Amino acid sequence: MSNAKPKVAFYWCSSCGGCEESIVDLAEDILKVVAAVDIVFWPVALDFKKKDVEAMPDGSIAVSFINGAVRLSEQEEMVKLLRRKSQLVVAHGACSHLGGIPGLGNFWNKETIFRRAYHTTPSTQNPDKIVPLEKTVLDGKELTLPRFFDTVYALNQVIDVDYYLPGCAPPRDLILSAVGAILEGKLPAKGAVLSPNKSLCDDCDRNDSKPEKLVIKEIKRPWEIMLDPEKCFLAQGVICMGPATRTGCNERCIEANMPCRGCFGPTDQVHDQGAKFLSALASILDTNDEKEIDKIVQSISDPAGTFYRFSLPTSILQRRRMEAIK
Amino acid sequence: MSNGTFEPRLVGFLCNWCSYTGADLAGTARMIYAPNVRIIRVMCSGRVDPQFVLKAFKEGADGVLISGCHPGDCHYKEGNYKALRRYKLLLKMLDQFGIEKERFRLEWVSAAEGVKFQHVCNEFTEQVRKLGPLYLSKNGGKHEQREA
Amino acid sequence: MVNLTIDGKKVQIEEGKTILQAAAKCEIKIPTLCYHPVVEAYGACRVCMVEVTVRGKTDLVTACNTKVQEGLDVQTGSERVLKARRLNVEMLMARAPAAEPVQELAKALGIEKTRFEIKDPQEKCILCGLCVRACETIVGASAISFIERGTERKVMPPFGEPSEACIGCTACAYFCPTGAITYEDKYGRKVIHTELHLGPTTAIRVPIRQAVPMVPLIDTEACIHFKTGECKVCTKVCDREAINHDMQDETLEVEVGTIILASGFKPFDAKRIPAYGYGHFPNVITALEFERLVNASGPTGGKIKLADGTEPKAVGIIHCVGSRDENYNEYCSRVCCMYSLKFAHLIKEKTSADVYDFYIDMRCFGKGYEEFYHRLLHEGTKFIRGRVSDITDMAMTQREEGKLIIRVEDTLLGTVRRIPVDMVILATGLEPSIDHNQLAKIFNISCSQDTFFLERHPKLAPVSTFSDGIYLAGACQAPRDIPDTVAQAGGAAAEALALADKGTFALEPVTAEIDEDLCAGCQLCVNLCPFTAITYDKEKGISVVNDALCKGCGTCVAACPSGASHQKHFRDSQIFAEIEGIFVV
Repeated sequence: MSNAKPKVAFYWCSSCGGCEESIVDLAEDILKVVAAVDIVFWPVALDFKKKDVEAMPDGSIAVSFINGAVRLSEQEEMVKLLRRKSQLVVAHGACSHLGGIPGLGNFWNKETIFRRAYHTTPSTQNPDKIVPLEKTVLDGKELTLPRFFDTVYALNQVIDVDYYLPGCAPPRDLILSAVGAILEGKLPAKGAVLSPNKSLCDDCDRNDSKPEKLVIKEIKRPWEIMLDPEKCFLAQGVICMGPATRTGCNERCIEANMPCRGCFGPTDQVHDQGAKFLSALASILDTNDEKEIDKIVQSISDPAGTFYRFSLPTSILQRRRMEAIK
Repeated sequence: MSNGTFEPRLVGFLCNWCSYTGADLAGTARMIYAPNVRIIRVMCSGRVDPQFVLKAFKEGADGVLISGCHPGDCHYKEGNYKALRRYKLLLKMLDQFGIEKERFRLEWVSAAEGVKFQHVCNEFTEQVRKLGPLYLSKNGGKHEQREA
Repeated sequence: MVNLTIDGKKVQIEEGKTILQAAAKCEIKIPTLCYHPVVEAYGACRVCMVEVTVRGKTDLVTACNTKVQEGLDVQTGSERVLKARRLNVEMLMARAPAAEPVQELAKALGIEKTRFEIKDPQEKCILCGLCVRACETIVGASAISFIERGTERKVMPPFGEPSEACIGCTACAYFCPTGAITYEDKYGRKVIHTELHLGPTTAIRVPIRQAVPMVPLIDTEACIHFKTGECKVCTKVCDREAINHDMQDETLEVEVGTIILASGFKPFDAKRIPAYGYGHFPNVITALEFERLVNASGPTGGKIKLADGTEPKAVGIIHCVGSRDENYNEYCSRVCCMYSLKFAHLIKEKTSADVYDFYIDMRCFGKGYEEFYHRLLHEGTKFIRGRVSDITDMAMTQREEGKLIIRVEDTLLGTVRRIPVDMVILATGLEPSIDHNQLAKIFNISCSQDTFFLERHPKLAPVSTFSDGIYLAGACQAPRDIPDTVAQAGGAAAEALALADKGTFALEPVTAEIDEDLCAGCQLCVNLCPFTAITYDKEKGISVVNDALCKGCGTCVAACPSGASHQKHFRDSQIFAEIEGIFVV
């Protein structure tokens, strides 16, 4: 090919589409990107087919940006294909980086999710009890659907990932600097998360508002109190994942007076974002009395879902153990 | 497993100043107790990061024990209270992960309580034995071992 | 100064003194009854009558309350004086015929019997009122006074009923010259204080003969001054003016580098074993009480006596009281066997009593101890192997009448025996001192199962504790005898000195560290540190660990939500590797 522009592919797996949106959100900057690269695959925007990718020589794509978690066999197949064809794979956004919101499905399995989705939700009307099957024979022809896994996987649990763009969705600056770094070949060591390796408090404007003795007597949910727009959320008794979450998001939630929910995932040193936050939170509870502790613990209605909102598939336990469910 | 009976694999995080010494005492006093608890020494029960507990379960532990100094007796004043708070919250969270409450235990064993350590080990072993193995596959997160 | 003559002797004395004091100065004895140097003289009994001549005028006055005058000539034994004194004593004899001092006085004056009518031959009170004045001016209680008039007059509390004003000091009985006032010597009520309940003592005393410093103390619980604000008799009699009632307890703050705990033990409370009747039978005593009894400086001057003052004919010594007993303390108190043997030896030496030693095992483990035991065997002490079940005073045979009967199974004979004795000594075991638990909390020391302080290591660090710089000596760590305590105390002192002398302290290299590049300054760790080793550096926006303050518990490391903090030698990666390692096999 005469065109020397590097080839770029975008793909989405199990995601909400927000990460695709984050590309579009580059606004006029996208023109710079388009000018610099050749987009060869982008199902959401451009009409390329799988066979087009298959036809490319291995390693011919400079970089593939893949967002979304891996939930279906089709997604597995596609990301494996893209991995083969690409020099670099970037996990784009929280779902491919950590498992993300779809990763919360790991508190259940295929059977329970299908039961809920196709039978028990109040809005479902399914008198024939039809559920999607991988193979269906209709008029003597076999129809197939991709397999639905019991467990949701982050991208790096399926293929080798070179870099991670964190966030739900990744902010513009991060995407631009990542693309810039790739184009200029100024990339960090393989496996890096392309965001500063410090927690959110480092950049948070509210960090200075922390009282001398930061303790929590009572846990409150954001809707239960009038949130002070200047004061540290933890100091207000509201769970903010900021201390256990990587910075680089420009505190979009904090600016909107909402506590951090942890979409950037843990810092490099931390294996398990949820456990670390749990430890920090429990440590600053202001009581040594067992009954008081029980009371506070009781008031945290869904610790696992709160602490692992974005990182369940990449956490140490990865998923719920289904044996114990009655 | 041996002879068909399930031998639980338990991990014990023991405070250097009390329970670890208590376990030592149980040993030097030649007390016989279930050998199922594999001990990891920490300086204080307050050092036990919930990550360690999850890691232990993930690596194959059928139960995890944290043992520290009695309330008020902490060598570092109140590390054990922090352990207690983390334990309570973690216990609730483990339940959401399908790990039974009976598999995770916090005990206060002083340096003098060799006998109590013996009891705790025996009791905990029996308790977990009744629940059966946890079966958290070691590398379940890796693609290669994904369900067929 | 006043010059006067008494029975021809010239005396010089300060102005304001009495004739009685002047006479005492030139060693002339004037009889007195109602006089006491600390109570203001009143001249009630009138036996101190003397004849005085001043400026040619002669008169009879009471010596106790007549002040000296310049040129006074006093006759203490003139015919006129004796006549008057005889008459007064005769009247006192009729009033209080049973009063011994009056009888003695009469004898000295050659009076055989009184010519006056005796109303009550048992009466001892001479109505001198010394007790009333003492109660009012010395004690400050004014609990007694004269009631009724004329021949009915007597000393009583108001309305003759027990007075609430009475503080039970017994000063009235003490001051009474004729022994007319007695008090009930019921334990704990009318006795100021007892030394291990063995005998009365005073509110101001040297606590023990071996006291350091060797000075008296005032027992503020018992001292009358601290009850009524009066008395202060001790200040009147102390020439050195050494007594200070205003001294207060002081709390001193002393900065030290190392601390040795030697808080000792308390004896097992024998009342906890009701079957032995301690506190019920007066002749069942504890080892420490016997120790006082047999001590030359003790209440009986070292004589072994029963409660009634007689010498015992048979003594039983019961070993292991509160020790080696799963109902009380399981441990052996170590010292009881040997002191019991010593007691047996002392009883044999001082009395002709039979001595019975009731033991479980003889534990004579120290240097020369076994030899001493053998000596006792030859001295004739009767050793009975078996635990005493109870002590009773219910006699079953004539031989047992009036005795304490020790019931015991003689395990060597295989039979139950009843041994009648007069005195039982309970060899009470050792328990940690009363404030042991508080001390343990203050110094952050663990206690072992027997509740004594726990050493850092039974073999490698027997005098150290888990708290650096704090050492143990003596029975606070475990029951031990004097030689062992001295040896251990030496070890503790050497360890403490070694550390203090070095002046520096090696910290455990397990302190926490915060990585500057990773810390986001969330400050969650700052308050977790019980040693305030973590501070927030506002300028850098990070938290910093002070190495010297950090004790290395790792609580902050476990809590650090961004993983910026780690504990040396207990890094997350090390513990993760350990967890992986223990599942390899």
